[in-house]
Amino acid sequence: MTRQSLWLAALLMTCLGTLAAAQSPQTAPATDAEGPTAAAPGFEGLVRALPDGNFDEVEALVSAIAETGDERATGVLEALASGDLHRLKSNEAVVIVREIGGDDHAFDALSGESYGEIPRRGSSAIRVNNSLRRVVAAAVGTLTLRHPDPARRLEAAQAAFRAPDAAQTDALSAALDAETDPDVRTALAEAVAVATLTAGTAPVPTQLDAIATIAARGDGVALSVLTPLTGSDAPEIASAASEAVDRIERVRQMWSAAQNVWFGLSLGSVLLLAAIGLAITFGVMGVINMAHGELVMLGAYTTFFVQEIIRNAAPALFDWSLLIAAPLAFLVAGAMGVAIERGCVRFLYGRPLETLLATWGVSLILQQTVRSIFGPNNREVGNPSWMSGAFEIGQMTITYNRLWILVFALAVFAILLFVMKRTPVGLQMRAVTQNRAMAANMGIRTGWVDAMTFGLGAGIAGLAGVALSQIDNVSPNLGQSYIVDSFMVVVFGGAGNIWGTLAGAFSIGIANKFLEPWSGAVLAKILVLVFIILFIQKRPRGLFAVRGRAVDG
Amino acid sequence: MTSLIDRRMGIFLAGLFILTVAVPVGNLGLEDRLVPSYVVSLLGKYLCYALLAVALDLVWGYCGILSLGHGAFFALGGYAMGMHLMREIGDRGVYANPDLPDFMVFLNYDALPWYWLGFDMFWFACIMVLLAPGILAFVFGWFAFRSRVTGVYLSIITQAMTYALMLAFFRNEMGFGGNNGLTDFKDVLGFDLQSDATRAGLFVLSALALAAGLLIAKAITNSKLGKVLIAVRDAESRTRFIGYRVEHYKLFVFTVSAMMAGVAGALYTPQVGIINPGEFSPANSIEIVIWVALGGRGTLVGAALGAILVAAAQTLLTGWFPELWIFALGALFIFVTIFMPQGVLGVIEGTFRRRPPTRDLTAAREARP
Repeated sequence: MTRQSLWLAALLMTCLGTLAAAQSPQTAPATDAEGPTAAAPGFEGLVRALPDGNFDEVEALVSAIAETGDERATGVLEALASGDLHRLKSNEAVVIVREIGGDDHAFDALSGESYGEIPRRGSSAIRVNNSLRRVVAAAVGTLTLRHPDPARRLEAAQAAFRAPDAAQTDALSAALDAETDPDVRTALAEAVAVATLTAGTAPVPTQLDAIATIAARGDGVALSVLTPLTGSDAPEIASAASEAVDRIERVRQMWSAAQNVWFGLSLGSVLLLAAIGLAITFGVMGVINMAHGELVMLGAYTTFFVQEIIRNAAPALFDWSLLIAAPLAFLVAGAMGVAIERGCVRFLYGRPLETLLATWGVSLILQQTVRSIFGPNNREVGNPSWMSGAFEIGQMTITYNRLWILVFALAVFAILLFVMKRTPVGLQMRAVTQNRAMAANMGIRTGWVDAMTFGLGAGIAGLAGVALSQIDNVSPNLGQSYIVDSFMVVVFGGAGNIWGTLAGAFSIGIANKFLEPWSGAVLAKILVLVFIILFIQKRPRGLFAVRGRAVDG
Repeated sequence: MTSLIDRRMGIFLAGLFILTVAVPVGNLGLEDRLVPSYVVSLLGKYLCYALLAVALDLVWGYCGILSLGHGAFFALGGYAMGMHLMREIGDRGVYANPDLPDFMVFLNYDALPWYWLGFDMFWFACIMVLLAPGILAFVFGWFAFRSRVTGVYLSIITQAMTYALMLAFFRNEMGFGGNNGLTDFKDVLGFDLQSDATRAGLFVLSALALAAGLLIAKAITNSKLGKVLIAVRDAESRTRFIGYRVEHYKLFVFTVSAMMAGVAGALYTPQVGIINPGEFSPANSIEIVIWVALGGRGTLVGAALGAILVAAAQTLLTGWFPELWIFALGALFIFVTIFMPQGVLGVIEGTFRRRPPTRDLTAAREARP
């Protein structure tokens, strides 16, 4: 043994030791863990005994090694599991074999001392089977419980929870006593509880405590642990378990209701966006705009177009693409709206049914134009980074894109409300709505106001398109799929009332999502449609009808 | 009281009669087939559309009910007939099951759903062709008219109705063949549906149904009841205040119209060879309206003419320039509503009837709430 090779080995130990068990099973024993501690008595003996046992004996040895808590144990056990723990034929030493530069090098399992390069047949691997590998994995898990890094300890505790092993109870309890980090303590306590319950041999009060610990988790995992216990032979345990199961079920039902409300709000926000522009043209102006869905589609295609340009010209701006697209979409759809109003709707005021037909014609033309230009297939619109992903509240998952769309819908609603109630344009719009002739006499250019109102409604449809491009397929048929729904929202909420549209959108959205679990998506939609049809019979002017004195509405 | 067959109606019926004689003769009677077989079915299809348009004109043109759901009644009639034709296939289907249609075997049905019972009998299917759309229209109309849902609101909920039905019929669980609908028909009353003679027969039947539909609609509109309908169209509240039960009149004409649409659907299915949920789509129903608007609202004959014109234009244009058809249809919608409120018939006849008061542009503008 040269001085040089000893130095090399020492260097290796220190470098790899820091990486320790986390990185690969072929690392050397950790030597720098919480300073040098005295090897537990028997560790070396146990390791030396490994090559001689049959599988059962080795399993026992592995458990014993883990129990020693020796810091070298992880490396040895991991090497064993990966088949790198060998016995040298020359001196019977137990070594860890590692490949360095294509050659096998042996390192003493106990001292870490290098034996240098060894010939192919100079050692024999200690054989392992799958059952042994499992035992080793569990043992390593226990050992990791004492790892200096709390994150690793937490991971280990959670692993022990997922694969409960009665034999580990003591090791877990010991780790729990030594633990200081609160998160890890909770995880460990739960792991101990599961191990206790799996064994089922502990005294009843201990088991009851364990049930309480698990029940505190309150999730599906706790449920799957506790449910088998409701059939336990001991009556106290069975009753405690079933009580806990009931409680968890109740909490879970609450959460799933909350989740449904969230889904409903999310659907509602989409409906609101799609319908609110319609609420202006239909509700305020009394004009049926069947091309509304196509204006939404134009907004979505504007987003696509903006993203294409950004992808090719300035990829760094991609996260801003929606913010750039939104005003553009408003302008594109709004301009188209003004064009529709000036080009066709204005000849048809007072004849709502004819307007419906003419705008349907416009919608066909817009649809076919987009189909001719962009093709009939779905176009890919990307999510900016701040709209991807999700977070959890309790047992609810909330995706960022849905959340932003909700925020966006409410913001659009608020802005619209502001425009209608607080700006001169809004004042004129309301004046024309209430009494066209009088408004004209007061000097309001009603034709201009009509065009602006229609343009505003159309522009908002364009904004809806920006939002919908994030969650729906951008295709020429995009608008078609929303037109019936948005009409339902406006009719349900009461035409001429923007607040009614808000209430209508969210109630339809939530009703839909609560029906879905027991009826399926399509049937839920049908039921909601039927409900609205019946509702209209009861209140022909919607939820919040604008009261008037005219006989023919 | 004008006569049942006025000049307009007389010319149209005469033309229809000539067509009815000429087409089958041209197809069957001559050696060299002046009229190819596919044209016979195509013309038969147009006549079904024409009957559907007459049905819509009856409610829209004369009673002011713009139904955007007439496609649903048409499709229901088509499905009722399709169900009979499915049962007629018997054990000649792919799975050779004597009772269950192929799609049911495929979807692991054990027995026929209860609502399929009786459809093996032709007379039962014929009754259902009338009853299924009729009952739907009656129930729907009873609710809608009683609570005075009118105008645009009615249009929108009729559209929602056909949309809901479309979604429902797309579901496999409904037992109507789901997405694929009903197809692969073999014969009707023992006549092979592929044979030229049967096709010609169906064509003649469609022509007769159209003529009958026109005459029934004309009889209704010519009667005293028809006058009340027109009054409802032009001033609903005034008619009500005078003492007429407006909702009864509307309900009657709506139900009759739905049944007429059902008959059109029933004749359409065997000639086209398939009926599927796409027929329920709101777009189809709106297209019916443009047929009527193009031909001339409130003229009956014009509606039939409009349907035939648009359908023929569609066949020709989609053949020549597939891309262009939708543009042409869209432009047609805009052009007709803005520049031709009287329709083709109005233009042809050059008779400029006075517009009903509620449709007067300036008056309506002032009256808007």
